[in-house]
Amino acid sequence: MNGDEAVAFAAKQAQVDVVAAYPITPQTIIVERFSDYVANGEVDTQYVCVESEHSALSACVGSSLAGSRVFTATSSQGLALMHEVLYVASGLRTPIVMAVANRALSAPINIHNDHSDMMGSRDCGWIQIYAENAQESYDWTLQAFRIAEDHKVSLPVTVNLDGFTISHAMEGVSVLEENEVTKFLGKRTPMYKLDIAKPVTFGALTLPDYYSEFKQQQVEAMKNAPPVITSVANEFNGISGRQYSNLSGFNMSDADAAIVCMGSVAGTARTVATKLRKQGKRVGVLKIWQYRPWPTQEVARALSKVKCVGVIDRAVSFGAPYGALGSDIASTKVLTGTQTKIFNVICGLGGRDIKPADIEGIFERALRHAEGAPIDDPSTLLGVRP
Amino acid sequence: MVTLKELSTQELFGPGHRMCTGCGPAAMARITMKALQKPAIIVNATGCLEVASTIYPDTAWKVPWVHTLFENTAAVASGIEASLRKEGKADAVDIVAFGGDGGTFDIGIQALSGALERKHDFTYICYDNEAYMNTGIQRSGATPYGAATTTTPAGSKIAGKTDAKKDLIGICAAHGVEFAATASVAFWNDYITKVRRATAVKGPAVIHVLAPCPLGWRFETSQTIKLAKLAVQTRYFPLYEVENGNYKLSMKVPKPTPLEEFLKPQGRFRHLFAPEFANNLEELKRQVESNWNRVARLCGEIPAPASPSPSQPAN
Repeated sequence: MNGDEAVAFAAKQAQVDVVAAYPITPQTIIVERFSDYVANGEVDTQYVCVESEHSALSACVGSSLAGSRVFTATSSQGLALMHEVLYVASGLRTPIVMAVANRALSAPINIHNDHSDMMGSRDCGWIQIYAENAQESYDWTLQAFRIAEDHKVSLPVTVNLDGFTISHAMEGVSVLEENEVTKFLGKRTPMYKLDIAKPVTFGALTLPDYYSEFKQQQVEAMKNAPPVITSVANEFNGISGRQYSNLSGFNMSDADAAIVCMGSVAGTARTVATKLRKQGKRVGVLKIWQYRPWPTQEVARALSKVKCVGVIDRAVSFGAPYGALGSDIASTKVLTGTQTKIFNVICGLGGRDIKPADIEGIFERALRHAEGAPIDDPSTLLGVRP
Repeated sequence: MVTLKELSTQELFGPGHRMCTGCGPAAMARITMKALQKPAIIVNATGCLEVASTIYPDTAWKVPWVHTLFENTAAVASGIEASLRKEGKADAVDIVAFGGDGGTFDIGIQALSGALERKHDFTYICYDNEAYMNTGIQRSGATPYGAATTTTPAGSKIAGKTDAKKDLIGICAAHGVEFAATASVAFWNDYITKVRRATAVKGPAVIHVLAPCPLGWRFETSQTIKLAKLAVQTRYFPLYEVENGNYKLSMKVPKPTPLEEFLKPQGRFRHLFAPEFANNLEELKRQVESNWNRVARLCGEIPAPASPSPSQPAN
């Protein structure tokens, strides 16, 4: 199955109570497949075909506050249209799971993959996971419900999968038996809900005297997430044999130079790293799964002996010194005293292929800097016509 | 029609909220909560009612209540209804959405349209005070022609709003809803009857209730109900209902009070009485008459104009 189908299948197995969604390429297959499940009676889900993404997430917030397990999916402009609702979902602590088939933002209009959609909503207070392939998209979607609905967390989660590269590419996906999933996920038990027997006011006007305390609670929920993610991932490994974490290192223990990246490009990076290793070049790849909350200490540990990293960003942060991922690596360096040199490569915008030769160029550059060559261009857009 | 004695003495919209003295929407909320006969979940759009009734850590609501944003109230209600349906509890609860005129006529119309089309079982109540009062009296699609607001001021060249009020009930009725109606906070028993009818409908229903704002309309706070009454008695705000496409006048006004009696106590219309804006006053009167005739025709109170026969040459 392709990445979108894998996500839809995970949502089906999660027995979500409510889906409210709106079609947008390259996410559409998710809602189409889910519609099939509904039409064929394979799920007992209320599927609300809303008139916009803004209403999709708004309906999800309503359902989640009413106590339901809720799923939706979107991309690009759809995520941008949801922007203000994203903050409501996290601020009201609704454990919604949303797949984002990452796609470039207009203008100019482009339906292909980069990370500008999710990076545009980076600070929305959601846990953000980036999958590398269809298998990871399936696995993370299932784990996302457990993470989101854990009372120590109670935050919404996005599972990001690269548009087309993952969403539309057919791969073999190993799936769990439904009863295993049911046992793993259990039923959602909301802490508070819209309940006529126990009236609660949600979304009160909160003025300067209390607003910061609400935000602090969200900060703490984010801090609570990593141990929950670890324990959910360990339990998931027990039933699937696939171990997840907040990041995944490849040949990192003795690497002089490394690439840090998220999403599907990690596979290309590992392939190229393997080739360069055979040439005796000590290179590695650090793939970030859990982008928010950012795993500062784990990243620092992984980079502690690396002399130089090339950070791949799939979105431009206009006017900023680095792209978003580049900035997080730079912050990590400042916070932990890691000595790694950093340069930032922005590439794969609007679906442009990131070829093995591009990756090899990044590794070679990182190796030159590792050997002392100065970094005169800290953030570059790769392979752009003059 | 209900009588006062039959009404619940319970205040589910509790005293102590911070709505203004003489606030029409506050009266609307209180009467609505007395009208409801089942346990209710309230969804409230951003606006006066929301900000003044739930200043954390206080709340005026003794029922489950949620506010999220300005334009998505009908969508949030859709999601709640979907959850209740999944749990098999949809029939046991009334979901009532409150939105002001800005949150309904303008920014929330898309979400409302979608929810009506999808036939969610909920009641949408638009409390109309004819401008964005919460942000300081800016014009909305519900502001009448000629009214001065802070974004359509009465200047030396332009006499307040230059556009007419939208036909909200017509828009909602066009979605094929089973019940849609107008109401006024002054005619509380007509309003209560309509709320009960709306919540009894299986599917969406809409009530558009006129709720004067002393601050925005600029009148004495003691005159709210009087103005809400005059709005009906001058034919400015016709009370009617649409049941399965059939329009019915709820209150006939055979001898309308002159419109000036409704306009004169309000500062927002004061400029219309200046000699240089006499034409604007006439235009507002013409629009009020034309709207009344339109509604009366739809309600079968006056005959529809004869449609031209195809055999007759035009002109």
